[in-house]
Order: sequence, then structure tokens, then C-alpha cells
Amino acid sequence: MARIDLVDLAHSYGGNDAPQETFALKPVTMTWRQGGAYALLGPSGCGKTTLLNVISGIITPSRGKILFDGEDITPLSTQKRNIAQVFQFPVIYDTMTVGQNLAFPLKNRGVPKAEIDKRVAEIGRLLDLEPYLNRKATRLTADAKQKISLGRGLVRSDVAAVLFDEPLTVIDPELKWQLRSKLKALHRELDLTMIYVTHDQTEALTFADTVVVMHDGRVVQSGTPAELFDKPAHTFVGYFIGSPGMNILPAEVKGREAKVGDHVIALNRSYDDLPAGAKIEIGVRPEFVDAVAPGPGLLSAKIERIDDLGRIRFARVRMGETKIAARAPAAFAGSDGNAGLKFDPAHIHVYADSLLVEGAA
Amino acid sequence: MDKTVNQKAWFLVLPVFLVVAFSAVLPLMTVVNYSMQDTFGNNQFFWNGVGWFKELLDPSTDLGGRFLASLGRNLFFSLVILAIEVPLGIVIALSMPRQGWTVAACLVTLALPLLIPWNVVGTIWQIFGRPDIGLLGYVLNHIGLDYNYVSNDIDAWVTVIVMDVWHWTSLVALLCYAGLKSIPEAYYQAAQIDGASRWAVFKAIQLPKMNRVLLIAVLLRFMDSFMIYTEPFVVTGGGPGNSTTFVSIELVKIALGQFDLGKAAALSLVYNLIILIVCWIFYTVMTNAGVERKVQAEKEPAAEPKPSAALKPAPVLKPKEGVV
Repeated sequence: MARIDLVDLAHSYGGNDAPQETFALKPVTMTWRQGGAYALLGPSGCGKTTLLNVISGIITPSRGKILFDGEDITPLSTQKRNIAQVFQFPVIYDTMTVGQNLAFPLKNRGVPKAEIDKRVAEIGRLLDLEPYLNRKATRLTADAKQKISLGRGLVRSDVAAVLFDEPLTVIDPELKWQLRSKLKALHRELDLTMIYVTHDQTEALTFADTVVVMHDGRVVQSGTPAELFDKPAHTFVGYFIGSPGMNILPAEVKGREAKVGDHVIALNRSYDDLPAGAKIEIGVRPEFVDAVAPGPGLLSAKIERIDDLGRIRFARVRMGETKIAARAPAAFAGSDGNAGLKFDPAHIHVYADSLLVEGAA
Repeated sequence: MDKTVNQKAWFLVLPVFLVVAFSAVLPLMTVVNYSMQDTFGNNQFFWNGVGWFKELLDPSTDLGGRFLASLGRNLFFSLVILAIEVPLGIVIALSMPRQGWTVAACLVTLALPLLIPWNVVGTIWQIFGRPDIGLLGYVLNHIGLDYNYVSNDIDAWVTVIVMDVWHWTSLVALLCYAGLKSIPEAYYQAAQIDGASRWAVFKAIQLPKMNRVLLIAVLLRFMDSFMIYTEPFVVTGGGPGNSTTFVSIELVKIALGQFDLGKAAALSLVYNLIILIVCWIFYTVMTNAGVERKVQAEKEPAAEPKPSAALKPAPVLKPKEGVV
């Protein structure tokens, strides 16, 4: 039960003197509110697990501070931080029953027995572990084991935050879905701050109300799933979130016009003072590009293939070196392997050196 | 669907069968043969049936009395060294470093006693403990302790036990260390987060994860100590009196000292049987203790060579004889 503030937090496995480019976690300042569900999303090696371990105290950060409800807990050990963490692989205490496993964190903290029994029964009920409470934990399936790990994280009612480090990696896809809904329900019921690390965007977007996207040790954007989808702050976010990812096209932007190759695309906003010398690109999601028959005034491209995803079809087209994905109507097949592209100006974003530029109205 | 019947495949088994027959079965059968007979000089044999076995299990006879007394001593000895070496090995393994050059240093130091031949270990301690020239014996006597393993039963026992602990605790420690190293880091992190104390971590994680190697360690140490011969023979020669005469020492006395081949053969068969039974119990416990362990148990022929080694005391006293 705590608000978490990260203040100029950074970590380098090579020590504080290493060049900042090599930091596993580059300086980040951020506030996470009490009771929120957050997801740290990014590809492997982006620093998300480092950030999680810094928060839980397994790693001491090279610099910066972590505050729980305004109190600096950076020097405190993991035990004293009052945090729960669920790991990638289920951690089960072999000799104990499921119930004893759940009771372990409470017992270690000297909670009275009556209170322990009450909490264990409650968590057992929430996680559907009731029938197993008196059974040895070793013989259960992987997902039941992971539920126990989860339960140990949730059993303490006073934890500042529950951290999840890709907890569904070892779970079968079908059960993954169930467990994820379970987590979401638990989050509503228990009013705990939850931080969830994953590289799977579906997991992140369905679990969290705020998704923190990380790339190369840096937090590139933090926002609701809708914000990440509609207005990626960084080309990486555009590309990483959504399937297929955002189309990024090199362009020359001037005022309300973007010039891609020889073709001019109209923009909704005006971009007048773009930084000189910066790499300018426009980004538009495939959902807002329509592949139609080639015609005058349309950007024309070569069709490479058409992916049918059932509910929606995407044409994969190529324009010179640039690959673009565009929505294709049901009957669309192009003509002579060519297609014209129609952009929705309201959803075109302009990026300078990969960062979003807000145009003037 | 019929299985192809090809009896020629038996030829593939034949070499193994022959080797085992000549190396184990035939010598063992010789012993069985002896155990049913009484021998006199000039190669005279007289049928005695199960007479020796009856005598062996009857404490009122000379043979039975000696056998049961030495068996009792042997079991007590095994119990004591297990009670010392297992906990001590665990403590050593727990306090060993996990990384850095000190790991190699520790491993080498620990492995040293294991590399010394049995009779050399015996000789080292035999001299080490002597009150006149041995460092240990001399110092103990000098500071006022009346220590003499040649004349005092308790001193002899202490010497033999300390020697065994010195020689074999490393084995337990190394096995435990291997068990500890195989525990994933996440367990320790989870325990830290669960607020577990050092003792709780040991009880909830380290000990359960080590129990497989501990079983092996107990099995190996029990077998070895139950068959112990060389070291106590070199140090005390089974004395003072009969106080450190273990079963194998008694066996050699009967077989080679008195040349009572019948009695000795009966004794070695019973001795062998005890070791086989204990092996079997351990093996069953190991394979049945949890589903996960089953996989592991198949990789443990470490328990297998022991029974065949246990066959040794009877006919193949030669390697040990060299010590005499």
C-alpha cells in the first residue's frame, strides 16, 4: 500500500563510473500511484528486470533513490522493504504443504496464528487453491505452483507493492489467459500496487492500466494502452506495440505537408520549426492506412503479400526500401501487384530523431 | 502383432555373463561351498551343513560371540561417524564461498584427504597419535591429558573416529556443496522477499534441495565405515584387547589367523548379506522418495558398485592383505 517514486534512478552492472551509454538502466524519474496496475514492457535486455530488481532490493542501484510513500527506502534490504515478488519460474518450498507455503511469509514475520489461518484461507479461496491446501506442493502442475508463488506474494495484506517478473512464462497459453484474468480480478479486490514485467504486449495491455515501455535501458513512454496505441511518443513504441507495428516512413515535413519520396501527404497539424539536421520520419499505424486500387494522388507501392488475420486483412507493400503494412478491404487484390495507399491525416505522427513532435493546430 | 523371436541375441549377453560368472559368481560360490564345510590341514574337508551359520548367530558360542560383538562395535562406529560427518559436512558446505578463487582453494584443500591411500592415512594417524614421537600424542600428554591409544579403549576409539572424520568429512562436504550450487538463485531471492531468516532458508530450501545428495552421502559413508578395515588395523590393530575389532578385522583373524575357512566363509556371507540389505533399503528409499527423484535415481549407479565392492571381504582379501 504505497505510492512509489523513482527519483533519478539508474543502475549499471559495471559500476557508477561506467559510461552512461552502457547503463542497464538509464536515469528515470517516475511516480507510481497506490493501487495502480503497472506493466513494464520491452524486449529482452531492455532493463525492465533490472528496474524490478532495483525496486525489490535484490539489486542496489548505482544512483538515485526509491521512495515508498515519500520515505527513502533505497538503503533498506529486501526483507525490510515490505515488498512481494513473483518470479519467472515457480518457487515452491518442497517440504511444505500448499497452505504452509502460503503461510511462510506471514510466519517469518511473526504474525499471530489465527491471523495467518484467516489470510491463508482467503488467498486459497481467491486463487482456487482450497482443495490443495493440505497437500504437498511438489506434485502440483506448473500453473498451480505458480499460483502458490503468486499467493505468497498476495498473502501479506500490508505489502507496499507486488512485483511480477514475467510470471506466466512457464504456463500453457490457455491457462495463461485464465491466470491473467485472475490477476486482474485480484488487483481489483485487494487494492494492491502491482508491477508486472513482461515482453508480451498482450499481457501488458490487458493487465495494466499504465504501461511503461522500455527500450535500451530507457523508459520511452508511460501511458494507458490507448495512449500508447494512438500517440506513441517514440518510434520504438509505435513499432513495438500493435501488430503489425506502426509504419515509419522517412519524410520531409514542412508546414502541413509531408513529402515521402515524390509524393505529398497532407497533415492535420502544422510542423514549422522542426529541429534542423534531425532525422525526420512520419509514423502511421496500419489501421489508418488503406490499400486501394492505384490512382492519381495516391502513394503507389508494390504488393508483397496479403496477411489474412481473419477479422482483418493487411497488405504488406513495399515502396523502394520502405516496407509498409496497410489495411486491405475484403476483396482487394491490387492491380498488377500494385496498390495505392490512402493515409488518414488525423493519425499521422511526425518524429524527429525518433521522438514525437507535437505540431501546432 | 508378433514380436520377432531371435534367440541369437543371447550371444550378445554371453560375454558379460562370462565375465560376471568368473569375477563374481564363481568366487562367491566357492565361499558358499566353504561355508558348509569344516576344514582341517592337508586339505581335508568335512560337511557341516548350516552349522557355522547357527553358531554365528548364537552369542553363546565363540564364533557367534565374536561376530556379534564386532558387529555391534561396527554399527556403533558407523552411527557415530555419520552423526559427526553429516552435520559437519553440511556446515562446511554452507560456509564455503560461492565464487572467486577461494572456491578452487577450498575444493582442493577438501579433496586432499580423499586422495590419500587408506593405509597411509592409518600410518599418519598412528604416528601422529604416538605419545613418544607423535605431535598430537606428545602435546596431549604434555599438557596433562593421559592419552594413549595403545592402552586405553576410549583413546583408541576417539583416535579411530577422529581419523575417519578427518579422512571422509570432505566427501560429505563436497557432495553437499554440489547440491547447494544447484539451487537456483530465485529461491534465495524469494526467501529473502518472504522474510525468511537464515535458519528458515536452511530448513525450507537448502536442506530439502540437498536431501538427494545427503542420501548418497549417508549411503556411501555407511557402507565405507561398515566395511572399514585398513585404518583401524594400521592404527590399533583392533585393540586394545578387542575394543576396536570391527567385523572385517575379526574376519581376517578367523580366515587368515586361525585359517578357519568354513567359519570365515559363513561370516563373510552374512556380512555381505547385511550390506546388500542396507544398500537395497537405501536404494528403495531413494527411488521412492518423490516423483522427481525417480529421474535422478537412475543416474545413481553410485549406489551400485558398492554391493560388488561388498563382495570383496570374503575371497578377495588380497588387496588388504598387502597392508598386513
